[in-house]
Amino acid sequence: MSTRRLSQAALQAGPFAFNAENEAWAERQIRKYPAGRQASAVIPLLWRAQEQNDGWLTRASIEYVADKLSMPYIRALEVATFYFMFQLGPVGRKAHIQICGTTPCMLRGSEELTEVCKRHISAHHNTPSADGDLSWEEVECLGACTNAPMAQIHSQVKGGAHSDYYEDLTPESLEKILEAFRKGEYPKPGPQNGRFSSEPLGGPAALSESDQSREAVNSSVALAQTQGAAG
Amino acid sequence: MNKTLKLVVDGAEMDVDGNMTILQACEQAGAEIPRFCYHERLSIAGNCRMCLVEVAGMPKPVASCAMQIKDLRPGRNGEPPEVKTFSPLVKKAREGVMEFLLINHPLDCPICDQGGECDLQDQAMAYGEAGSRYHEPKRAHDEINLGPLVKTAMTRCIHCTRCVRFTTEVCGVTEMGSTGRGEDAEIISYLDQALTSELSGNVVDLCPVGALTSRPYAFAARPWELRKTETIDAMDALGSNIRADVRGRAVLRVLPRNHDDVNEEWISDKTRYAIDGLGRQRLDRPYIRHEGKLRPATWDEAFAHIVAKLHGLKGEEIAAVAGDLVSVEAMYSLKDLLGRLGSTRVECRQEGAALPPENRAAWLFNPGIAGIDRADAILIIGSNPRKEAAVLNARLRRAWLNGAEIATIGPDADLTYPVTRLGAGPETLADAANLDWVRETLAKAKNPLIILGNGAVSRADGAAVLSAAMGLAESLGAIREDWTGFALLHQAASRVGGLEIGFASEGGIAKIYDDAASGALKAVWLLGADEIDPSRLGSAFVVYQGHHGDKGAHRADVILPTGAWLEQPGLYVNMEGRPQLALTAALPPGEAREDWAALRALSAALGVAQPFDDLGGLRKALFAEFPRLAAVDSREAAVWSGVPASEGGLSGAPFAESVPDYFMTNAVARASATMAELSKLAKERRGTTLAAAE
Repeated sequence: MSTRRLSQAALQAGPFAFNAENEAWAERQIRKYPAGRQASAVIPLLWRAQEQNDGWLTRASIEYVADKLSMPYIRALEVATFYFMFQLGPVGRKAHIQICGTTPCMLRGSEELTEVCKRHISAHHNTPSADGDLSWEEVECLGACTNAPMAQIHSQVKGGAHSDYYEDLTPESLEKILEAFRKGEYPKPGPQNGRFSSEPLGGPAALSESDQSREAVNSSVALAQTQGAAG
Repeated sequence: MNKTLKLVVDGAEMDVDGNMTILQACEQAGAEIPRFCYHERLSIAGNCRMCLVEVAGMPKPVASCAMQIKDLRPGRNGEPPEVKTFSPLVKKAREGVMEFLLINHPLDCPICDQGGECDLQDQAMAYGEAGSRYHEPKRAHDEINLGPLVKTAMTRCIHCTRCVRFTTEVCGVTEMGSTGRGEDAEIISYLDQALTSELSGNVVDLCPVGALTSRPYAFAARPWELRKTETIDAMDALGSNIRADVRGRAVLRVLPRNHDDVNEEWISDKTRYAIDGLGRQRLDRPYIRHEGKLRPATWDEAFAHIVAKLHGLKGEEIAAVAGDLVSVEAMYSLKDLLGRLGSTRVECRQEGAALPPENRAAWLFNPGIAGIDRADAILIIGSNPRKEAAVLNARLRRAWLNGAEIATIGPDADLTYPVTRLGAGPETLADAANLDWVRETLAKAKNPLIILGNGAVSRADGAAVLSAAMGLAESLGAIREDWTGFALLHQAASRVGGLEIGFASEGGIAKIYDDAASGALKAVWLLGADEIDPSRLGSAFVVYQGHHGDKGAHRADVILPTGAWLEQPGLYVNMEGRPQLALTAALPPGEAREDWAALRALSAALGVAQPFDDLGGLRKALFAEFPRLAAVDSREAAVWSGVPASEGGLSGAPFAESVPDYFMTNAVARASATMAELSKLAKERRGTTLAAAE
């Protein structure tokens, strides 16, 4: 936890406006709410602004969204500072790694993952690497404790924005994933130790016969891959 | 639906409106509920948790400020819900809340300006435990910038959000907010910019702790050292009820008093902070102009000089002009003195307003200030209420929040609520009856209200503007038995009082200028009149009676020093015609006297001694002549006696901004360093906006 304010870079960044595709999408979001209640769309619009703006929010983008929703700037800023998923300073252009550091992940070695990030990205959290490609931070529980340790990675590779869980990590597998992102590839999300999802590591101990017909990857990974390919 | 329900508070059964909150019901029952975030005039936040009470059948204590009576369940056998405000559970809950509030609150009461009048201090004594179990470091916090008026110490903040709600809801400037979350939540202004509201000083009163304190008053005094006087403000024509706190001779601060029909419990920044002007540029002894230069003199010398100069002058060769800050008594006494010298040439409309003194409905805020709450369509003509009467503007804003439609004819200005701008000048007013907004909204409104600015009737075509606006009100059916939908918005505290006692004469200030220039007028008495053009007084002999070395005093041949409005008792009639009594809070400096006393002494020197020897005697004469003024704090509505006829037509010039500089409207404000700083800040901000717009 730390005080969340707009970074110096966020204060000084240039103007912002939605591109045509996001503009149309934003109009659809706003139409979901009755007249006079457009401000309800602030979270999705800020999120889309963040995706368009290399993964973080500038003062200009917050004010743009506020203007679009006819709400005072301070109200939009309140939302942006309340939610930790909104980044208020620059993040890696290709990927922003969020290492879960809560108890189950910590017991399973998340601190070693943090060490990898410090070595391969930058010594401090929320500080992009020297080449500007990657950044990292430690976050609270992401709810994938059976696949601890894990990381949520927001990436912009292969022409699309992705937010995926990379689970069952080891320092080695995380290093490989970081290298892949650096090269602009889109590494396969999901468990990294061969598990299908969260079943016992040596294969199921019960109901093993139902195991025969399953897909190659679990459905969330499959979805991520289809979207990745489409992007 | 106002359904009356039964409720048991601390064992006593009572009938209450179901829409009331538990807190309100408990107050009605006489039980004291501690609170920080709850405030009667703001929305309910329910975030301080100090007002917890026990409700029978509820598993946990309930925040009484946010729970309505109608939402309480009756008991198993239909008995009324039972609230306990001092049970062991409530005591423990309050102690717990207080302990949490104090976790991050610094123990700096000895160096905190709120000390001695701090809600947190008082309630910690009354409802808290003796010690704390917290030993970890306390939260640190960066200071925020709320401008030159509000000093911040944000470590003391308990996040009640009263300031955020006040600036958003009442001021109408959404510039403060609560960012971050949990331990890191902080109250900030957007991008650390100073507040742009004219009411920003009120957050100091609202803050229940010492996080927001008054910057000009910083470290000046402790509340128990101050002598407190309940009096009336003269910075605008609203007549805000104030309390002036004085130590020794210095007025250290001004705080609002509650008056539901006038200022509620707010005052404007000028009312609150212009008082440092009382210590600067003061006239503390009489002066006589000798060979072009003013030299100090004694009262006797000054009187002798005046007697010599006035000797042999005919009545019509003497005139008097009253300024914006003077009391009714001062004007009455001056009018009486001039009468004894054979002159009826008195004038209080120093800006040249074409207001007919005999037609009272033409210059009163007829529906009353509280009447704004009833209006459902409002047309503002040639006025910027935000600058002319900031607290009244908050009421207009509330009318808008409650659904009233508001339109303006005049300069384009941000009034803190959206308005339909119909036009810029008199040509729109002349054609108003044909405008869509007027026909569709104003004419169909239940209680239409037309507010005419004093600035709009102070132009050359003022009489025509007044007549057109009153005519419009009449043609719209806004003048009825139970509703007079025409209101004149005054800017000067003394104006309505002056008109009430007929301190006005044919031709107004323009005739005085003309006669002074032509030499027909040989002596002019300026009673605190500083908003006139002294260069147009020709070679007349000028006496300035007042308290500040401003425009009037610079032109004067003799200066008679008197007290300012906080330094002498007096009646002020506010714009709705409500006489209110101001009391002496501090003593005038040096040899300065009370206005009536100076005039009474001079009358004896002139050989036309006035028949009263004290203020009581003066008031007796005043009330005998104008009985309406004796009814202090009650207002008598004006009788609508038709639209005054006007010669001359409307001009084509658009209505100008009536208050070019809000912080510099009178002699006291012009002498105030605080006002000068605010004025500079406002100019800079205007400069940036212009630059950004280009």
